[in-house]
Amino acid sequence: MEPSKSIQNRRSFLKSSFLAGGGLMISFSVLPELGIAEKTGTLNLAGEWNEITGYIKITSDNIIKIINPNPEFGQNVMTSLPMIIAEELDVDWQKVVVEMGPHDSIKLGPQFSGGSSSVRMYWKPLREAGAAARQMLMQAAAETWMVPVEELTTKAGMIIHTKSMKSGTYGEFASKAATIPIPKGIKLKDVKAFNIVGKSKKNVEVEKILTGKPLFGMDYAHEGMMIAMIEHPPGFGMKLKSFDASQALKMPGIKEVFTLKLYEDGFEQSGFDTRSFNDLLVVVGKTTWEVMNARKKLVTEWEPAGDIKDIIGGRGGKKEVVVPGELESTTKQLEKLQAYASKPAELLRKDGDPETAFKNAAQIIERTYNAPFLAHNCMEPINFFAHVTDEKALLAGPLQGPGWSEPTLAKLLKLPADKIEIQMTRMGGGFGRRAYGHYLYEAALISKKAKAPIKLIYTREDDMTYGIYRPMYTATYRAALDANKNLIAFAVKGGGIPEHAIHANRFPAGAIDNYLAEGWQIPSNITIGAFRAPRSNFNAAAEQSFLDELAEVMGKDPIDFRLELLKRAKENPVGKNNEYDADRYAGVLKLVKEKSGWGKADNKKYHRGVAAYFCHASYAAHVVDMVLRNGKPYVERVFSAMDCGIVVNPDAATNMVEGAVIDGIGNSFYGKLSHKDGKAEQTNFHSYRIIRHSEVPKKIEVHFVKNEIDPTGLGEPPFPPVFGAVANALYKTTNKRHYNQPFLDPSTQQNTGENRKKTF
Amino acid sequence: MINLNINNKNYELEVDPDTPLLWVLRDTIQLVGTKYGCGVAQCGACVVHLNGEAVRSCVTKASRAVGQKVVTIEGLSENNDHPLQKAWTELDVPQCGYCQSGQIMSAAVLLRENKNPTDQDIYNAMEGNICRCGTYLRIQNAIKLAAEMQRNESK
Ligand code: FES
Ligand code: FES
Repeated sequence: MEPSKSIQNRRSFLKSSFLAGGGLMISFSVLPELGIAEKTGTLNLAGEWNEITGYIKITSDNIIKIINPNPEFGQNVMTSLPMIIAEELDVDWQKVVVEMGPHDSIKLGPQFSGGSSSVRMYWKPLREAGAAARQMLMQAAAETWMVPVEELTTKAGMIIHTKSMKSGTYGEFASKAATIPIPKGIKLKDVKAFNIVGKSKKNVEVEKILTGKPLFGMDYAHEGMMIAMIEHPPGFGMKLKSFDASQALKMPGIKEVFTLKLYEDGFEQSGFDTRSFNDLLVVVGKTTWEVMNARKKLVTEWEPAGDIKDIIGGRGGKKEVVVPGELESTTKQLEKLQAYASKPAELLRKDGDPETAFKNAAQIIERTYNAPFLAHNCMEPINFFAHVTDEKALLAGPLQGPGWSEPTLAKLLKLPADKIEIQMTRMGGGFGRRAYGHYLYEAALISKKAKAPIKLIYTREDDMTYGIYRPMYTATYRAALDANKNLIAFAVKGGGIPEHAIHANRFPAGAIDNYLAEGWQIPSNITIGAFRAPRSNFNAAAEQSFLDELAEVMGKDPIDFRLELLKRAKENPVGKNNEYDADRYAGVLKLVKEKSGWGKADNKKYHRGVAAYFCHASYAAHVVDMVLRNGKPYVERVFSAMDCGIVVNPDAATNMVEGAVIDGIGNSFYGKLSHKDGKAEQTNFHSYRIIRHSEVPKKIEVHFVKNEIDPTGLGEPPFPPVFGAVANALYKTTNKRHYNQPFLDPSTQQNTGENRKKTF
Repeated sequence: MINLNINNKNYELEVDPDTPLLWVLRDTIQLVGTKYGCGVAQCGACVVHLNGEAVRSCVTKASRAVGQKVVTIEGLSENNDHPLQKAWTELDVPQCGYCQSGQIMSAAVLLRENKNPTDQDIYNAMEGNICRCGTYLRIQNAIKLAAEMQRNESK
């Protein structure tokens, strides 16, 4: 492949190039602004496969293969993205073979799983790719049969000419289709005519999963592969002072022990190059168990690393960031958060005159909410395979954004991008964690130095204690009511370590005349990043609890109160840049109200909590029904309403929402990562509490708003409002507001007076 | 040198008998359906059957399996047709899928012993299996469905 000269067009487009083997390739590139290198060129045809577009390969005997471009981490893209292609291509889904594509941004687009964007960003390009291929196949048939293409129809992989009673399979015309120019202005199907999209299809890899086939990075094997592990410092803010590997090297199976620097001084990191530690102490050996044992024999001395300067590149240009060297402890962090909360902060949005409104208020309600760091705890610990030589590099493993990791890898290995091959395995969970490619760089550098193919494996302890966590957040909400209990002003001031969570232009911004949003942050050496909508999942807990409390003070039903605000935002919006669509937001609230039988007497046995939230581009609302079971709060039922536009694979989408609900209950009840002198205090599942079987609702009823809006994404949106609905149900159950997460952690719940600000 | 019988096949292996069965399965004989999740008996990703009982292979020394019958997910059925595999497929249970072989291996023991498990029976048998994606409810429903399939078959 050769690097391209220029990007012709900033929107998605189709391109074609003729192939030596007679197949035709269509490729597209979307979101070039993401900086994904665009490449053009030819590819080797695999045997008798005719490549009709980068996503579609057809043999002459009509075996149809669809390539899934985007990494699969449980969100079902391996099934749902090919369904979109199959829909426009018009094939029999049962006969389609689906294959995971390699990293190839020319043929397969941006290839990023995250931000609930997979279906949203691929929707149109994949429909176009399917439709273009169908058109080309029909054109080939028309030329062969010498009939006008307009007279042809297709049905489930067959091309039919009714007048002449001719018909043939796609396979018969696949190689001829290669000689046909790309059609312009491809007509896409009417949404109402869909017969694959919108009909539940089984996970295409379900059989492999249920029979234990190698699918995951952890399962990846390669001739001569060694296992590598990294011995990290015991805590954030520390580095290696000295080590003695003599005993470790005597252990069976051990090949070598060495140190390695991940980024050289002055290395310019891009946005997803976050890493917890830069100086790596590496053990390489034959098997996982042998390397684990050898690590125990390492004699190490660590010392405080002091302040570190990182150079971060990106859209805003290069900047130098000082990472403070302090060995941090959660108790100290909480004190810092309190101290910062009273300082002036950055103004994020202001409507009207909130100061005066608060001054004139008859009543002011002020509440502070806190949440700890959260670890991702993907079921499959971090790992990656690398085989790096002087000429080229092969990498394979679980990764959310190969297009973001490849440029960094090329710089680190000093290899051109076209000498780097990245294969994406199925991921045992991601949740944002695997958007950060440091572990792939680590694997590559270890392989290069060890001159061997290696698989880098993090133990569970490594995975949990050297994470890229959901930040620690706090926010203080204030509301001003007039003498008639009308809401006249609303303010939020949020902070966090090392960033705050405030989305200033989201609801209820736009619905209140006097509105203020401010934010502040405290730098830290504890590494943070994406976590299933990290900011939103905190906000949806804090803001949605606050609105619940506010409704109570105002004597209003919590759903009606929100709907009133949304009506205002719709009819007479305050300010500019309101990010949400008030109708869609109200739509999920109305749907959940109806489906849950809100206010109906037969639900009296439940303590009900409601919350709704908008994030990424979709809307979610939940009603959580809680009871006390053996004296402990238990969520017995949940009703969910989602608006994510067209739902591609309904049963899988439902599964995703159920999972988000369970994940939300678990994290809001128990999720917590705390630190002492830089060290994570939770190291494995005995101390990091994860929700388990007996704690799961008996029923989760998921409803989707039916509309014809292009898909707006689903991975994250259902997750955040679970936190708020759980908090509100807990209040009804226990008569006590829960301001600090995790809600069922005894240390967080001394929530009277000043204490509620101070504890985790 | 130890001898192990795994999925009805005999293996003569050059491994330290103290090695956890998990790593013998995964690293030595490349049966990777059994997963590593925690290494300390907390997550259930590594569950296999030792003489028909569910054990956590991450804390089971290979020596303990000598002379016993080990069954892993790869040996649970001939053609992916164990009632649990059928029910799991029917309800399209997995999300990421990483925990699922452990879940199924735990459930298989329950189902053999209990033809009609209640919620509480399921909780008792499955509490040690974590699913980070939150497919628990589908797993529970699939166990009930499999029990039903099994009862119908034996009628
Ligand atoms: S890996 Fe054995 S229980 Fe977690
Ligand atoms: S399906 Fe992902 S951990 Fe269970």
